[in-house]
Amino acid sequence: MLSIRNLHASVAGKPILRGINLEVKKGEVHAIMGPNGSGKSTLANVLAGRESYEVTQGEVFYRNSNLFALSTEERACEGIFLAFQYPVEIPGVSNIYLLKAAVNARRKHQGMSEMSAVDFLKMVREKIKLVEMKEEFLHRAVNEGFSGGEKKRNEILQMAVIEPTLAVLDETDSGLDIDALKIVANGVNSLRNEDRAFIVITHYQRLLDYIVPDFVHVLAEGKVVKSGGKELALELEKQGYKWIEKEPAAELRV
Amino acid sequence: MSAAVDRYLALQKELVLPGRGLSWIDALRNEGAHHFKDVGFPTMRDEDWRHTNVRPIQKREFTLGNSAQDELDNDSLSKSALTGLDAYRVVFVDGRYCKALSSLDGLPGGVTVESLAAAVAADTDEVRETLGSIAPKHRSGFIALNTAFVDDGLYLHVDDDCVVDKPIELVFFSTDTAEQLIQPRNLFIFGNRSSVQIIEHYVCGQGSVYFTNAVSELLVQDSAVLQHTKLQEEGDKAFHVGGVFMHLQAGAQVVSNNIALGSLIGRTDLQVALKAEGASCDLNGVYFANGRQHIDNFTQVDHEKPACKSNEYYKGVLNDRARAVFRGRVVVHQDAQHTDAQQQNKNLLLSADAEVDTKPQLEIYADDVKCSHGATVGQLDEAAIFYLRSRAINEATARSLLTYAFAADLISRFSIPAIRSRVESVLSSKLFGGSQMEQLV
Ligand SMILES: Nc1ncnc2c1ncn2[C@@H]1O[C@H](COP(=O)(O)OP(=O)(O)OP(=O)(O)O)[C@@H](O)[C@H]1O
Ligand SMILES: [Mg+2]
Repeated sequence: MLSIRNLHASVAGKPILRGINLEVKKGEVHAIMGPNGSGKSTLANVLAGRESYEVTQGEVFYRNSNLFALSTEERACEGIFLAFQYPVEIPGVSNIYLLKAAVNARRKHQGMSEMSAVDFLKMVREKIKLVEMKEEFLHRAVNEGFSGGEKKRNEILQMAVIEPTLAVLDETDSGLDIDALKIVANGVNSLRNEDRAFIVITHYQRLLDYIVPDFVHVLAEGKVVKSGGKELALELEKQGYKWIEKEPAAELRV
Repeated sequence: MSAAVDRYLALQKELVLPGRGLSWIDALRNEGAHHFKDVGFPTMRDEDWRHTNVRPIQKREFTLGNSAQDELDNDSLSKSALTGLDAYRVVFVDGRYCKALSSLDGLPGGVTVESLAAAVAADTDEVRETLGSIAPKHRSGFIALNTAFVDDGLYLHVDDDCVVDKPIELVFFSTDTAEQLIQPRNLFIFGNRSSVQIIEHYVCGQGSVYFTNAVSELLVQDSAVLQHTKLQEEGDKAFHVGGVFMHLQAGAQVVSNNIALGSLIGRTDLQVALKAEGASCDLNGVYFANGRQHIDNFTQVDHEKPACKSNEYYKGVLNDRARAVFRGRVVVHQDAQHTDAQQQNKNLLLSADAEVDTKPQLEIYADDVKCSHGATVGQLDEAAIFYLRSRAINEATARSLLTYAFAADLISRFSIPAIRSRVESVLSSKLFGGSQMEQLV
């Protein structure tokens, strides 16, 4: 589904990603871990198409076509979803409006007609139950005045409503209490199927107890320095990142 | 450029203006003429006009003394009508009251609507005493110029306790007679405990070069409730200078909506004097400008007596090379203890070439007061645009959505639905060239 080949990217002229290789197939869940500043969010933003991140080298193929040929909104229409590490507050735009616009933009892209107001509301009401949010959140401005945890849940609500093909979750577990963590995991697991894939960026092994990954990768200084199965996360939890950094860089193809 | 001033003064002598020969109106006009002769047109050296250059107005030779028109091709008038507005309508064509085009059927008996020309000629005590007593005589050459030519406009009197069920819309329609100066002069008296909604609506036909220099004086008596909306939609080559001056007596409550959408150079002076205890005003203002438009709002609230409230909130969106000026002056006089005065001005610049000068100005001479003010100038939040785009919303829609969101809280303050939808559709067409916004709202 996603094939990242020797990806280099810079921010404000400073190289951040320095040769990333990663293969993600349909149905898989990949966890990405790594120290602060290693480039995890940069990778997520490059995949979503943020223009301030300049791709200097390498290629990314999404469903066999060149990802970089698509604008941010086209990528979203094609099923890529990013749950932001820091969700943005948008005063004056209601959550429900955003959800509706997002759903209808994708439907239009797929040549489908707009969803009727009744069907849409019914669908959103089901999804909001899944993330255990109160309905009043639908009518509040997007993320405005939401607590940290509420913002993260709102990202999952959006994901559940949009039903992406490839979801990248950037530290959606950070700042969540244990109940919220389970809810977020539940949101992901309920979408999990053989046609979708997830890239879950996290610092905590704990999340991976609930969202069991097929692969775990460690990013350091803009490269994948180690890849493995879910046991790798446990090992990292015990030993930290130091032991990997000492090892020669392993660019494992999965 | 006193030649321009002299030309207008010579014209003033020639014209036979209504009520000529009545000593009080002659004196009022002469006072205006003298003052205009003294001060002339404002220049950018005048503190109150520092950011607005009126030379383009000054250097044109506008004509005065338009004849009355009872007929108008109704198309051009209906084009400018506010869709869905259920209101009494008083129409002025090139500044002259036009009874045939007005519709006042069903107007409550306690309301007198008349042309100011007729009211002046009728020489009543009320008109004699009130006309010219509310607009500050020495505020600017433009008021003086209007006063020198006091001619036609609206005279409205609302009896005590009279509640008017629908808004009264005054349509100031300018035909396409090029290079004319239209100087409406309006006098409003709202009786004790009356309740009225007024819309002053400035529109034009095709949009030639003309100049509107309007003055409205409003006396809002004890516990009267007034909503006054000025909707300035002059043509895109037109010049508009308009003064709205209000005196509020005890317990009077005014909501002023000042909406500037049209004109090449547009300036509104809005001055509210809270003259007795417990008077309050909400001043809402919005301006959208594009191209090379220049929109200036000069507001002043005088807290003269204790326990009055004022709350001012102005927002502007500017695109292209447009320029806006906001000046918010609040004067809390010595007597005015327990004043509550709030003021905010927020601006959104959609282009790097757009510019705004915003200046709050608080002068406080009382000690027990609650006052605050703030001004911001910003751009669209790129992080928010990316966020929306990552949710499949295209860039143009994301930008218009965020712009709409910026203005939405202000627009929602306009309680008349037809006004809200006009403002929304102008926002969409002026700033995004089309229909996009309609899907959003
Ligand atoms: N706009 C920017 N300007 C300059 N440097 C930036 C910018 N954005 C990111 N960086 C730098 O790029 C590096 C990678 O940042 P990134 O956010 O991708 O790290 P991360 O792995 O997600 O870290 P964390 O675990 O703390 O979220 C950091 O050193 C960061 O300071
Ligand atoms: Mg990060």
